Amino acid sequence: MRKFIDFVLTSVKLALTGSRKYYAWLASLLIVVLFGAFTYYYQLKYGLIITDIRDQVSWGSYIANFTFLVGVAAAAVMIVLPAYLYNYKEFKHITIFGELMAVSALVMVLTFVLVDLGRIDRVLHLMPVTGTPNWPQSMLTWDVIVLNGYLFLNILIPGYLLYKAYLREPPRKWIKIFILISIPWAISIHTVTAFLYGGLAARPFWNTAVMAPRFLASAFTAGPAFIIIILQIIRKYTCIGQPGCKLVVSDRALFTLAHIALISMLVNLFFLGSEIYTVGYAATSHIAPLKYLFFGLEHDGVLYNKLQPYMWVAITIEIIAALLLLFPKTRKNFKTLNIACIFAFVGIWIEKGMGLVIPGFIPTPIGEIWEYYPTLMEIMITLAVWALGLLVYTLLLKIAIGILAEDVVHPSAKGKEMPEHH
Amino acid sequence: MVDKGRRDFLKKAGIAAAAIPFANLRIPVIDVTLEEFFQKHYKEMSEEEKKRVVERLERQHKEKYGVDVEIMTTPPKKGVVWGYALNIQKCIGCRRCVYACVRENNQSRANPKEPWRGEIQWIRVLEFEKFEIHPGGKAKDFRTKFGEVIAGINLEESEHYYNPPHVPEKEKFYMPIQCQQCERPPCVKVCPTKATWKEPDGIIVVDYNWCIGCRFCIAACPYWARRFNWSDPYIRKEEINPKMHYLGNRIRMRGVVEKCTFCIQRTRNGRYPACVEICPVGARKFGNLLDPESEVRRVIEKKRVFRLKEELGTQPKFFYFID
Repeated sequence: MRKFIDFVLTSVKLALTGSRKYYAWLASLLIVVLFGAFTYYYQLKYGLIITDIRDQVSWGSYIANFTFLVGVAAAAVMIVLPAYLYNYKEFKHITIFGELMAVSALVMVLTFVLVDLGRIDRVLHLMPVTGTPNWPQSMLTWDVIVLNGYLFLNILIPGYLLYKAYLREPPRKWIKIFILISIPWAISIHTVTAFLYGGLAARPFWNTAVMAPRFLASAFTAGPAFIIIILQIIRKYTCIGQPGCKLVVSDRALFTLAHIALISMLVNLFFLGSEIYTVGYAATSHIAPLKYLFFGLEHDGVLYNKLQPYMWVAITIEIIAALLLLFPKTRKNFKTLNIACIFAFVGIWIEKGMGLVIPGFIPTPIGEIWEYYPTLMEIMITLAVWALGLLVYTLLLKIAIGILAEDVVHPSAKGKEMPEHH
Repeated sequence: MVDKGRRDFLKKAGIAAAAIPFANLRIPVIDVTLEEFFQKHYKEMSEEEKKRVVERLERQHKEKYGVDVEIMTTPPKKGVVWGYALNIQKCIGCRRCVYACVRENNQSRANPKEPWRGEIQWIRVLEFEKFEIHPGGKAKDFRTKFGEVIAGINLEESEHYYNPPHVPEKEKFYMPIQCQQCERPPCVKVCPTKATWKEPDGIIVVDYNWCIGCRFCIAACPYWARRFNWSDPYIRKEEINPKMHYLGNRIRMRGVVEKCTFCIQRTRNGRYPACVEICPVGARKFGNLLDPESEVRRVIEKKRVFRLKEELGTQPKFFYFID
């Protein structure tokens, strides 16, 4: 117990000490979070009226970002799986960064759900004992279970491994069970999130079997794309990458991640194409949301097409990303690789964020066309949640790197070598 | 099981409804008293607890709006399942039902000072062209002279905001849509907290004090029948209908979902829904589906009826018909 308290205190110290640049980065994130918190106070006081979400389009920016980020959280499995099931050595050193990405993404996911609620004071009604969860009927109840379970796993696993590394002791075997559980669990969080949409017969745009597979494919693109960038930043600004460092982020690991992103992106584009074909060729009235997305819908001489430019940008940069990842020459060149990663990440953020949520509501089930565009206050809150996630990720990374790479150890473990298992 | 566990927990924690310390303490910003915070799900309340909650709600209505109201908890009658029939041949699109509904059910009104806050309406009347031909068609694949035709009920061709000087217009017909009180309601299925459910008399209700405002039900409804309180309701004192039901027209709070309840405060006490009463052409029929002599049953048996989006398997208890 004593040792664990030391671990917590050391972690806090590690997280809160750093270079001037580090403080500046933390401070700028904190400012965005505070601005958002202040804006959220208004939302709490006056209601969701401060957003542009209305009865016609009843979910907006919050739920769009929620959906996207569940994918990012799930994508940690793309590092954990090769490392543990296939014993892929290059990934052993970076699994922790994937798991911590999952934690930070989940912090954003849960915050986005909470800020979207009309009555956050009643959130305990979702829980057993204090509430009446509609289980197994409601997919949202399932989502509460799998998301919190995944959060638990991704705090437990890296937390325990870091603790053991701090003591320079090998981890016990039981943690492997949790690691193995976390693999299918990651798939489950994004499947359930897809089922939230896919199960609604009222919304033909979402009511398709390809929803869950498409969600997973796009998640396994965006997640690795994000972590490729993060790992390079870590390599640049910490001792990792310098000779003699305990932790190695190899080029090979990054290129393997790029390969995963490539295959997932191709599969994602294939699913998207299948969806567009099926709906487009049949050309029933269910084509309307898709038409809205790509061309806009006309009613009484007015063209409604606010999402159109975003969607074309998304598809274009997704295809460019796929091409850059496809050719070994551009995949193995960090400049083009990074462009590909940013394009893939942003493209999917648009396509399965707003590009998926908003058209589901347009037209309404009884034929009204009503356009949504986030308000400034809504954007502020959205940005703040992102800043919160990045803040959490930064602090966690700082701790992990301190213990694993910079030789911060418990006094009792001074001079001991890091055991093999780490 | 869940219910029992919950009750035990509340007892153990010493916060059973009877003895909440500081019950009137108000949590700032969200503006909720501790007593409200710990209020149970409506279906879990004993008669005694219901009485106490209702008394508190009546008191709160008085404090907030300065009006003496009566909030009933009239239970469903045995042997009754409510059904509705609407004659779209007769409907003249006057929207009197829309406004009678708003008055009866204490919906939030348009606030002149804050024009972005519109009035909440549970009934939406759609206007359709009886017949529209674009000879030759706009698209190339219509080759015959007959061309592209719009006729019948095509929801995506409907006009929601029609506003001519007089209705009905000759070349138009109208179809009001409100909650279809489905026998298999998708909205109830998706609710994560069981805050909305189907009563034994077939009405889908919401416990406004249990809803968390996630709006999953709004996404799930194929008839766009649910509305959200995006802000605090705005309603003038003299416009308040003081005859209220807990599950019906009591004034809602911000952040919760509401919907048509077949005027539960009226129909459970022997009256017709407000929309039925106001309709100037008698297009709206209402009654007990289990009673073979009821008007609504006779309509179903004698007339040509159809239901909206039958293919979704929702089994509405709302029937459209023509003579």
